[in-house]
Amino acid sequence: MIDVAYYPGCSLHGTSREFDESLRAVAAELGIGLTEIADWNCCGASSGHTTDHLLGVALPARNLALAEAQGFGAVLAPCAACYNRLSAARLAIATEDGLAARIPDIIGRQFANSVEVHNAVELLRDASVTIDEKVAAALAPNPLEGVKLAAYYGCLLVRPFEVCGYDDPEQPTSMDEIINACGADDVDWDMKVECCGGAFSVSRTASVLRLGRAIIDNARSHGAEAIVVACPLCHSNLDLRQKAMAARGEEPMPILFVTQMVGLALGLAPVDLGLGRHFVDTEPLIARLVKQAAERVAAEKLAKQEAAAKAAARAEKQKVGA
Amino acid sequence: MSAPSRTLAADILEATGINAATCYQCGKCSAGCPMASESDLRPHNVMRLVVQDRRDAALAEESIWLCLTCETCSARCPNACDPARVIDAVREMSIAAGVADMPRNIAAFHRAFLEQIRSNGRLHEMGMVMEYKLRSGDLMKDVTNAPGMLSRGKLSFRAERIQGVVEIKRIFEKCGVTP
Amino acid sequence: MSRIGVFVCHCGENIARTVDCAAVAEALKDHPGVAFAEDYKYMCSDPGQQLVKKAIEENNLTGVVVAACSPHMHEKTFRRACDQAGLNKYMCEMANIREHCSWIHEDRGAATGKAVDITRTIVEKVKHNQPLESIRIPVTKRALVIGAGIAGIQAALDIADGGHQVILIEKDASIGGHMSQLSETFPTLDCSQCILTPRMVEAYQHPNITLHTWSEVEKVDGYIGNFTVTIRKKARSVNEDLCNGCGDCQAACPVKKIPSEFEAGLGKRTAISVPFPQAVPNIPVLDRENCTLFKGRRKGLAKEVCGKCKETCLKGAIDYDTEDTFIEEEIGAIVVATGFQLYSIGRKQPEGLKGYGEYGYGDVPDVIDGLQFERLASASGPTAGAILRPSDGKEPKTVVFVHCVGSRDPEKGMKYCSKICCMYNAKHAMLYKHKVHDGRAVAFYMDIRAAGKGYDEFSRRAIEEDAAEYIRGRVSKIYRDGDVVKVWGYDTLSQEQVVIDADMVVLATAIRPQPGIELLAQTLSISYDENGFINEAHPKLRPVETNTAGVFVAGACQAPRDIPDSVATASAAAAKVMSLFSADELEREPAVAIVNENTCIGCMNCAKVCPYGAIEQRDVCTVDGHVCGHTAYVNPGVCQGCGTCQAVCLSKSVELQTFTDEQIYSEINALCAWE
Repeated sequence: MIDVAYYPGCSLHGTSREFDESLRAVAAELGIGLTEIADWNCCGASSGHTTDHLLGVALPARNLALAEAQGFGAVLAPCAACYNRLSAARLAIATEDGLAARIPDIIGRQFANSVEVHNAVELLRDASVTIDEKVAAALAPNPLEGVKLAAYYGCLLVRPFEVCGYDDPEQPTSMDEIINACGADDVDWDMKVECCGGAFSVSRTASVLRLGRAIIDNARSHGAEAIVVACPLCHSNLDLRQKAMAARGEEPMPILFVTQMVGLALGLAPVDLGLGRHFVDTEPLIARLVKQAAERVAAEKLAKQEAAAKAAARAEKQKVGA
Repeated sequence: MSAPSRTLAADILEATGINAATCYQCGKCSAGCPMASESDLRPHNVMRLVVQDRRDAALAEESIWLCLTCETCSARCPNACDPARVIDAVREMSIAAGVADMPRNIAAFHRAFLEQIRSNGRLHEMGMVMEYKLRSGDLMKDVTNAPGMLSRGKLSFRAERIQGVVEIKRIFEKCGVTP
Repeated sequence: MSRIGVFVCHCGENIARTVDCAAVAEALKDHPGVAFAEDYKYMCSDPGQQLVKKAIEENNLTGVVVAACSPHMHEKTFRRACDQAGLNKYMCEMANIREHCSWIHEDRGAATGKAVDITRTIVEKVKHNQPLESIRIPVTKRALVIGAGIAGIQAALDIADGGHQVILIEKDASIGGHMSQLSETFPTLDCSQCILTPRMVEAYQHPNITLHTWSEVEKVDGYIGNFTVTIRKKARSVNEDLCNGCGDCQAACPVKKIPSEFEAGLGKRTAISVPFPQAVPNIPVLDRENCTLFKGRRKGLAKEVCGKCKETCLKGAIDYDTEDTFIEEEIGAIVVATGFQLYSIGRKQPEGLKGYGEYGYGDVPDVIDGLQFERLASASGPTAGAILRPSDGKEPKTVVFVHCVGSRDPEKGMKYCSKICCMYNAKHAMLYKHKVHDGRAVAFYMDIRAAGKGYDEFSRRAIEEDAAEYIRGRVSKIYRDGDVVKVWGYDTLSQEQVVIDADMVVLATAIRPQPGIELLAQTLSISYDENGFINEAHPKLRPVETNTAGVFVAGACQAPRDIPDSVATASAAAAKVMSLFSADELEREPAVAIVNENTCIGCMNCAKVCPYGAIEQRDVCTVDGHVCGHTAYVNPGVCQGCGTCQAVCLSKSVELQTFTDEQIYSEINALCAWE
């Protein structure tokens, strides 16, 4: 059982509760213990660093200092924006002149900048082998087997490279690896790292609709049956806002959190993964996939029986012939 | 505030360590900028303003507030000019100089967001959206989505206030930020 | 009894502004051993030199000290003047009171005092100078040219026409280099092979040129005029004397699908093949990596699984059991002309470079590079000169040409401009439009670099006559969208984003030196820069020499370069070689180390630290021939006078002439004596 400090961030306590729920469910399944950092504060997201560089570093720094004081060496920040801010703050304090000396005073806490920051994609990628094994050992047939999924990284999971560093910033593969570990097929598409509109979700929704449209269109044209995300804002922009950007009569594109995808593959119940909380209904997709999986397993069983019967018949013939 | 004789480029250099003269105006940043079609000035235009020491034009520009901070420009810049960081710094200077020309909704959002954090330590989304609506005047925003959010358990009426909220207020003070 | 003449130069204002030259001359007049001291405005000028010569004659000077600039500038000048006046030139030294004094100080009083100290120090040194004689070494009048592209061929022809023997080696199966892959050349749109192949044949048939293809440099020993070069002739599996170039083996070979290097991956070749029909020599090479027979051998199979080429060959020229052979040649001068390769945008890169993830890392179909476009346009290419895109063979109606892919891109690891791409992109746009009249050619550029003769006019033709659309701005992203290649660019002049749905994209990728250049440079003891390009001895005044005497450089291995400049540098290098060969003996500076065999203890520390391998061990024998010990011996021809041996010698037995311990101690004592 490995134990990780957990920084949920504001979204996972609010509009992206399902990300938190599915993460906890999957972590439990994979033997990873999550301990929420006590009294964590908002990382500042875009509004922080956009308006004031120091504020944009200090707010995340307080959380890292808390984690340090609580004895942790690493923090898991599933929200892509939180992950990026915490990591960027860590880098800024390590490299910008004088910042390391100022920050403890500003946040009113001791801080040695010793805590590493990771996100859910890294965590799950590192657990790929375990996921693969568990999926293979699961009782129920894997509903994701052979399903085409588009991994959408968005802009903050892999950029800038100096801050993130764990995957290629133009053609990342970490989430694709997780998709494959779940038995699904990762789709080769072109909008993997193009921005969804991020923080303009509320303040400039028209931009989000334009950008989100291009993303969903591209995923669809490459055959994706669903899009997998690891960012509450990406999810919100593609899920909550999808109806407004959809053309009449267009097939909806379900948006799944990467933790929900892993949970489904591991055989966890959709309700435990918060799959009922989406605006683009996931039930039709899941129902179809479960049915597909059952049919596939049944077909395999039948094929096996037929093959066994044929073999037996052959053996009989040989006996008679001899 | 910097001394009047200092150039904008010198101020940017001090704030960010970036030498804006390394930008050779190739336009690659703007070619991939998701907000270019909605902005008067694109990332490379902002870099040009800095190099030409056109402080007033840069600080009062509306386009810098349309930047998504998606980092695409900085990721692809051949000279590592980091336009995203430069635009961050211009925004900060713009606020400090009191000439920020934020589109009303975006200004409302930032203020509502930051005020929420300052008061509670964490974002209470419902509270923030309400404050946003008041500030922006966009009272009908997402009204149709509200019932859906509620029924899906995504909205809570109660704000989560952290114990260390006084530390947060102090951080805002020390950074000189009043939302 | 020393009678030293001191000449203090003003160097116009360079020295005189900060140092009181007259005062320095005055101060030196009283120095013991100085018989003459004077200052003058420009010592290096003709009257200045006359002054020195006259002083030597009239005052019977035994030594000369010129207090002026750095010896790097004018030591030769003054030594020549002394020589002409009958004084051994190694009795002349320079005291640097410019770079070491006037150029770095401002206080006139202090600077003048320092100038006096410096000059006195050198006077003390000269008292211990010896009248040395130049070392003369023989010159082998045979040249080695490494690389047989246009530069190598030109250099070889020039040297051979000059009456000297040339060994020309080429690592590929045929000579010709990248120029043989080109369709037409700028600015004339001459057919490339038409102008190249006559040169290739001439080089092949020239009585003074010995050609080794499919060969590389293995080892280089020796020094200028006296190199010993070992050449590795890689196993061709074909006997060059028996083969008559009929091509039957190629037709018989069952392995037909190997991507052809000559076609830049757009065409296929067989395992045994000649790179192109006009190859020189027209003798195939068997690619053992892909040959069925050799694959079988590597698997350890008992029986040979193929043998078709050998069976077919009427001349019995094929031999599967040939091995690499080594040839040793005595060489006097080496010309490095190994040319270039194109940068690839792929994921895997050598240390320090990055690929273009934003353009798909080379995985996007119908995104090709410049050499591939040349093969498409080429009449002898995989599409017989029709512009057809690789994925489906359709004629592309919209082609986007992207400038500066890798070049001028510090983030990808290449800061430099590749010089030729603006020109060949204009050429490509024109060739495309000439063949596809209703096609659309779009070029994304940053600047147009067309500085050569007729170059700007040529590049304007693409825009003015052939309607190529030139858009100033770099491309952010390239990806496949169904049947088209989407290009996200920007027009900085009109200030708008530009998205093109292209049928094909041609990337002008950066010019880089050939792989393995570092190893070759180390073998030759020449230096290269951070990009791998060979360093010239001086960027302005010695563009075709390297810092290693006797090794010259030509063509694109030194810097991105077009054909006219490659030919020019090749002829320049050839001229240098012929100047070297014009005398039977080479004169070398006697600033070499000499071992005092009487005091040498034979520890050989010197040999261990010598960077040039100039020191050997010599046996000391008793009268009746028993070896009773050994001493070190410095080869005066190889020694470069670095002095490292002198520093590590435990018994103080090895001394560098012109910098002996005595000379150096006298300088130190002088410095410590004066306040």
